[in-house]
Amino acid sequence: MNDFADALRFIADNTALLWQLTLDHLALSGAAVGIALALAIPLGVTLGHLHRGSFAAINASNVGRALPSLALISIGVAVLGIGFVNVMVALVVLAFPIVLTNAYVAVDGVDPDAVEAARGMGMTGREVLWKVELPLALPLIFAGVRTAVVYVIATATLAAVAGAHSLGDVIVDQATYRLPGVLGAAICVAVLALLAELLFAALQRAVTPRALRLEERGAPLLGGPGTTNERTT
Amino acid sequence: MNSSNTAQTEGPHAYPRAASLELRHVRKVYPGAARPAIEDLSLTVPAGEVCVLVGPSGCGKTTAMRLVNRMIELTSGEILLDGASVMERRPAELRREIGYVIQQIGLFPHQTIADNVATVPRLLGWDKQRVAARVRELLELVQLPPELAGRYPAQLSGGQRQRVGVARALAADPPLLLMDEPFGAIDPIARARLQDELLQLQARVRKTIVFVTHDIDEAIKLGDRIAILREGGVLAQYAPPDELLASPADAFVAQFVGRDRALKRLALSRVGELALLPADGTLHGATIEPDTSLRDALSLLISDGDRPLAVSNEDGGVAGLVTLDMIRAALHAEPAR
Amino acid sequence: MTALAAAQPVIPDFGRGSSCVRDNGTFCWDWVRAHWGDTLRPALVQHVALTAVAVAIGFAIAFALALLAHRRGRLTTPVVLVTGLLYTIPSLALFQLLVPFTGLSRTTAEIALVSYTLLILFRNTLAGLAGVPEEVRDAARGMGLTPRQLLWRVELPLALPAIVAGMRIATVTVISLATVAVFVVNEGLGAPIFDGLQQTFKTELIAAGALCVALALAADALLVLVQRALTPWTRVARSR
Repeated sequence: MNDFADALRFIADNTALLWQLTLDHLALSGAAVGIALALAIPLGVTLGHLHRGSFAAINASNVGRALPSLALISIGVAVLGIGFVNVMVALVVLAFPIVLTNAYVAVDGVDPDAVEAARGMGMTGREVLWKVELPLALPLIFAGVRTAVVYVIATATLAAVAGAHSLGDVIVDQATYRLPGVLGAAICVAVLALLAELLFAALQRAVTPRALRLEERGAPLLGGPGTTNERTT
Repeated sequence: MNSSNTAQTEGPHAYPRAASLELRHVRKVYPGAARPAIEDLSLTVPAGEVCVLVGPSGCGKTTAMRLVNRMIELTSGEILLDGASVMERRPAELRREIGYVIQQIGLFPHQTIADNVATVPRLLGWDKQRVAARVRELLELVQLPPELAGRYPAQLSGGQRQRVGVARALAADPPLLLMDEPFGAIDPIARARLQDELLQLQARVRKTIVFVTHDIDEAIKLGDRIAILREGGVLAQYAPPDELLASPADAFVAQFVGRDRALKRLALSRVGELALLPADGTLHGATIEPDTSLRDALSLLISDGDRPLAVSNEDGGVAGLVTLDMIRAALHAEPAR
Repeated sequence: MTALAAAQPVIPDFGRGSSCVRDNGTFCWDWVRAHWGDTLRPALVQHVALTAVAVAIGFAIAFALALLAHRRGRLTTPVVLVTGLLYTIPSLALFQLLVPFTGLSRTTAEIALVSYTLLILFRNTLAGLAGVPEEVRDAARGMGLTPRQLLWRVELPLALPAIVAGMRIATVTVISLATVAVFVVNEGLGAPIFDGLQQTFKTELIAAGALCVALALAADALLVLVQRALTPWTRVARSR
């Protein structure tokens, strides 16, 4: 318990450093998530709307899950060298499949009767997408975003080994910061991740129409992304 | 008027293997409900008979059935199976002695047909050969080809699955069978066939059956006795089909059986049962078989004009004639039993 | 020889290294062959051991919790909250947070890895049990199966696909996370990966990373086969 007391003291003593690293951490995560979303959501939504490419879209997630992030960052570093951009690219690669698969499954799985009825009423494909499919798919897409955000925040912790700055810098550098420092930073990272999870969980609930509360029922992951997080760090 | 088939005392699967069922002042109230699901229901089903519980939605017919095998527990009253209260046994043991068939069937998707059918015998500890023999016997009884034994439920059609459901219920040769709208989810043609097969089956095995349905025509076709229930499980009338159709107890029953109940009564009898007029050269219309129902005969007579119909006999000749007046007279006769 | 010494890679060359190694090529098979026995294979074996123990223990705990929650629905939310909390904490942080309690040991690694399996295994097992069609349950009870027989003979077999799906995800997740365990215990494939990160010679890094990925894919495929074997009824085509 002394260790934790020391850790808290470390946090108090080094607020500026930790705050700076937190900002770095968030910058890295935010950039990676932003790019991944910008790429994966349009692609996933389009494929889901057209009901095409299911094999690739669904298995992207399976393959992505199997890629150990430390290994991937390492390989990325081996190939691209160290630095912010390179690590960010690795994070994008890791986040992309999750968002893609969720977006695909979300739009692909919208109640076919609703889509059928919409078409029958005379909506064009685009109108069906924007007025029917996207609103209904939003919760699951959001689940993917939430998963990706927490996942990237977690993986960014490892960025330290690849030359980018994050709270992981302190955690991996036991020599400099000693146990209280390591613990202190670990606590900060844990809190950061939990806050992100809670925030996005609340956001997800906000965009979910009451009728579609799948989360509460604990939708099972039958080899697909579902609503559960996927963690490889 | 109705050629009744009482429970027989002899036969290969006679009713020593069938139990009588008695409900005595049965009452079921769900906690927090404004009114009882079943207020005060009493009726007796003699061994070997088919009792059909029929009524509008919410009348408690399914509840009453599920009280018998304790899927739902009684609030008060008694239920006696062959004179012994169902409360004396533990539920799981009791249920192994009662066949249970539900509308969605509920076959175990992860087991073969043979394993499904063998469920209760295995629970009772029968040895392997006896189980295997019984499975074969049952598949034959419900007219399923033996090669289906190794398949899974997903590979069968709806009608086939329903038959497996019946076979599974009969597996341990229970003295009582409970059937809750078993043919409700089947298309009308397959349903009619399954109903006929159930009647044939019942002629062979003679079980006591409690059959729940919302379809009065099905009730009339299958029941030895029909219990019409009102909301709250109130027994409006409990009588054999012919009596029900001839003398409905009140306006509710009359409306439930339908305004065409006279025609329905006619469907219960055959022209061969009537005392036919001699065929003395009178001009007659079409010729019909003796097993034609009076209802169909009536239909032919009306469309044909005023000429009587000729009823054939085994040799291809004419056994006698049937007229409109004869049919009308049959309606006004006292119901048989 | 001495002329080439200036361009030597980090690995000292006692005259036995191949040309690929000496020239610091991106990936050298001979290095892999040479060091399979002393570096890569032990790491792989340790990694498999770490994973197997974590998944086994995680499954035991999650399964028990799921059975309880299946019986008493109210347990579900608190269990999901706690296991969810554990799951969200980034692995590196969790490993370090355990160190004051269990030190720099395999135990620390295992505790953290087990924590990551709990959420998915619990949720999938519970959802699998809940997904058993109501009429199958009704028919089973009506035929006279006791609650225990119902659970073991009907509900669990039917829940297997969901359970194994959870195992697949949990296993792959643990294989991935076990690489980070190197920060508390020098075992598993994380060790050669981390070592490789410190060098300019990249073969060790790539080899270990690739082995990790291969292990995950192999485990996933194996579990798929196990599931197919255990649930023959899911494979039959509808004949209608």
